[in-house]
Parts: sequence; C-alpha cells; structure tokens
Amino acid sequence: MDNKRVINVPFNREQLGVLKAGDYVYLTGTLYSARDAAHKRLFDSIIMADNGIMGENATTGEGLSGKELFDKGILPLDITDNIFYYLGPTPAKEGQVIGSAGPTTSSRMDKYTPLLLSKGLIGMIGKGKRSKEVIESIVKNKAVYFAAVGGAGALLSKCIKKSEVIAYDDLGTEAIRRLRVEDFPVIVVIDSEGNNLYETAVEDYNSSKSAR
Amino acid sequence: MRTINTDIVVETVRDMCIQANIFLAPDMEERMRKAADEEDGILGKQIMNQLIENMEIAGSDRIPICQDTGMAVFFVNVGQDLHIEGMNLTDAINEGVRQGYTEGFLRKSVVADPLIRENTKDNTPAIIHYDIVPGDKLTITIAPKGFGSENMSRVFMLKPADGEEGVKAAVLQAVKDAGPNACPPMVVGVGLGGDFELAAKLAKKALTRDVNSHSDKEHIARIERELIEMINATGIGPGGLGGKTTALAVNIETYATHIAGMPLAVNMCCHVNRHVTKEI
Ligand code: SF4
Repeated sequence: MDNKRVINVPFNREQLGVLKAGDYVYLTGTLYSARDAAHKRLFDSIIMADNGIMGENATTGEGLSGKELFDKGILPLDITDNIFYYLGPTPAKEGQVIGSAGPTTSSRMDKYTPLLLSKGLIGMIGKGKRSKEVIESIVKNKAVYFAAVGGAGALLSKCIKKSEVIAYDDLGTEAIRRLRVEDFPVIVVIDSEGNNLYETAVEDYNSSKSAR
Repeated sequence: MRTINTDIVVETVRDMCIQANIFLAPDMEERMRKAADEEDGILGKQIMNQLIENMEIAGSDRIPICQDTGMAVFFVNVGQDLHIEGMNLTDAINEGVRQGYTEGFLRKSVVADPLIRENTKDNTPAIIHYDIVPGDKLTITIAPKGFGSENMSRVFMLKPADGEEGVKAAVLQAVKDAGPNACPPMVVGVGLGGDFELAAKLAKKALTRDVNSHSDKEHIARIERELIEMINATGIGPGGLGGKTTALAVNIETYATHIAGMPLAVNMCCHVNRHVTKEI
C-alpha cells in the first residue's frame, strides 16, 4: 500500500461517507474491546432498563439513548460514536501492553448488535459474516463494520499502544478494555450503505481471473 | 517393562502448549510461505503478507500467533508395555496444560459448564483421546484448537449411495459456509467412515497430519487433490476477500464403516493449525 490512509477514531457520522466497502485503512485513536460475555451484559442491562421504562418494546431501540444509559450508570461506558473491537487478548507479559490481540468471529455478536447500534455504537471490528438484521441495522443507524485479519494477533498487538480494563474485570479476557491504537490495519467490509465486501470481493476476484 | 514418572509428562505437556502456540509447525510454515508467494488476489496477497509477518513477530517476540490459544486437544498413544508412575496420566496432562497456559501467558478459553459458562481460569480440562499401541513409548500430540474455525465444523451422516460425489459436495459446502469465519486460508480435516463420533475424531486427527502429505490410500489421496482444487476454485481466498488459496490442505482419514452408512465429518481449521508431537 503506497497511500496509507489513516482514519482517526472515534469519528462522527458525517465522516462515515468516506469509508467504502473495500477500503484498506489504518485506525488511530481509541477503540473498546468487547466480545461475547461483555455483549451479553451490555445487552441485558439495556433491555432491563428500557423494559422498566417502556415495557415489552425494549428491543426496538426506543427508550434511553447511549449517553443516558451511561449517565444513569446502566452502562459502564457511553457507546455513542464509539467502536467495538471483538477481542479477547492473551495476557500481557512483563513489559508488554497486551498479548496476542486479533479479532474474533463477529457473527456471535449478531444477536446483540442491532440494539447497540440503535443506542449509538458507530463501528465494529471483527472477522467474518454478519446477519441480514445486522446489515440492515448498519444502514438504518449509519454505522460501519471493519474486518481485521483473523489470526494475526501478534502483528495487531504491535498497533495497540495502551490497554486498560474499564469494565467487567471479572470476565478476564472478555472484560471491556479501552485501547489506544496507532495505525491499526482494517478493511471496510460493510459500509454505511450496506455494501458487503464479502460478497463482492470473491466475485471480483473470480471475474478478474476469468478475464485473464 | 519400561517405567516413566508423570513428572516428565507434566513438564513435556507444559512446554508443548507454549511451543505449539508460539511457533507454527514447520510443515504449516512452509505451506504458508508458498501460499503467500503464489497468491494473486489483491487483498488476498496483502492478507497473506500480514500473516507471514505475524508468524515472524510471534516467533521473535514470543507472542502467541493467535489470541485464541484454543482448547488443548491431545492424541495420546500409550505403549502397552509402558508403566506410568506418579499421578493419574489424565491429571498429569491437565497439570501440564495448567502450567503451560499460565506460565506461557496463553489465553484461558475454557468454561466449566456449557450453560453456566464460568471460566476455569487455567484452560483445563483438556480434551484427551487415548489409544493403546504396541511398544513401551508414550507419544503425545497436542493440537490447540481455536473455535472460530471449530464452530464451522460439520458432521454429515451420508448414505452409501451418495458415494464419492456426495463426500466432495458436502466438504465443499462446509468450506463455503465457513467462508471468512474460519480465518482462511484453512486446513480442512476430514474423517470418513467409522460411526458418528469416530468420524469426528478422525477429522480432528487429520488436522495433525503433515499438510504437505497425502493419504497412503491411492483413491483417498486422489480425492484430497481433487478437493483442494475445487475448494481453491471458489476464490474465497485469504480472509475471505478473494484469492487463490482458500485452503492450504485437505487431509482425509478413513476407517471401516457399516453397510448402511457413510459418516463424514469436516473439522475446519484456520491457518493457525497448531500441532506438536513428542515421544517420551
Ligand atoms: S479461527 Fe484460528 S486464526 Fe482465527 S481466531 Fe480462531 S484460532 Fe485464531
């Protein structure tokens, strides 16, 4: 890559337009790690709070906003305009910021994702396909899904300059961490218009091959 | 009769856990480098280059190749003329896992109960498959298994009439369904024959076989070659983003089966296909 495109994170929704499926970019700024167990807790906390306010319809995403959920102490962070990295790292040795730190499979977070997006989450980094519901929710809420290279945990750990557990410490590797990243390499897989690189990239490769 | 003490088993297993998670086995490393050289997909090539760099950083900085350091799966061959003193052998292997995953800063990814899901905090218990074999040696193979790819594995209870075509179609389907979730380029372990559970065990065992090798059975070796070609023709490629190498190898292990059936298991593994064997 000659033209290295660095994107500062987090970003706001106006900046989403420049991220197109297929873009290879480097993220610099703050991300939050969250995977299965943390997602379940966040999800359950939101549902409980919204149910208290509005009864059965909590999953529609009405109710408290991401900021209100944080201000009221229901969520341990304000997810508004933030990016979740689906990560459960290996423990850091003496002198390391973090251990091996690659992405985990995103589809396990699908069940929780539309609600989190409706509360303001703007991006996700993981690997692998997303459900139809998640893709629809990405378009509806204007968000973005990136893939990091699966199985490149040693390499990716070098782009993490600071790591601090901010919530759910008891979950060990699954705790929520605030991560300071520099030039963290990702590929836009699903952009805010719903273009899906997993569908187009393989087709493009195959047609380029048959054209040769 | 030869006698060994389980202390040596604990120590060996501890070291194997660490080695397997930091250094890719030589057969895998060779295969990965070849795939990186040959890749002609644009994103695929970038991803392969990152994976090679990742492998090098892991080795030089002693960082696990992947953060999912897996569930510790073992194939243990116990020579029937060997006498083992000390602890129970299973406890010794688990003690080795406990020490290896703790001292090696590996991730503890095991929960004690599938529904309650409380982490055991030391990556035990391991999954151990024992075989009694002739001789007086203890041969231990560890294959730490990540679950991104494990979750994409399948068992098919095919019918005899499905034949070779049925086998190929099922394996290909499993690979397509796995796609980017299994961190391609993948290694595809296939167990064919036996019964329901043996097919699955053979599929896992197939993953521990050298990725540059083929089955000794000529017709199976041919199917391995044909399958790898079919899989790589999908264009799924590294990271599922288009390219030449979707699978690095297809390894098939077979066993006798019943007149009424043809069990087939496909155990998906990613490019972090870890395996180390030691003989005591
Ligand atoms: S599937 Fe393999 S490479 Fe991918 S995250 Fe799991 S263990 Fe790592």
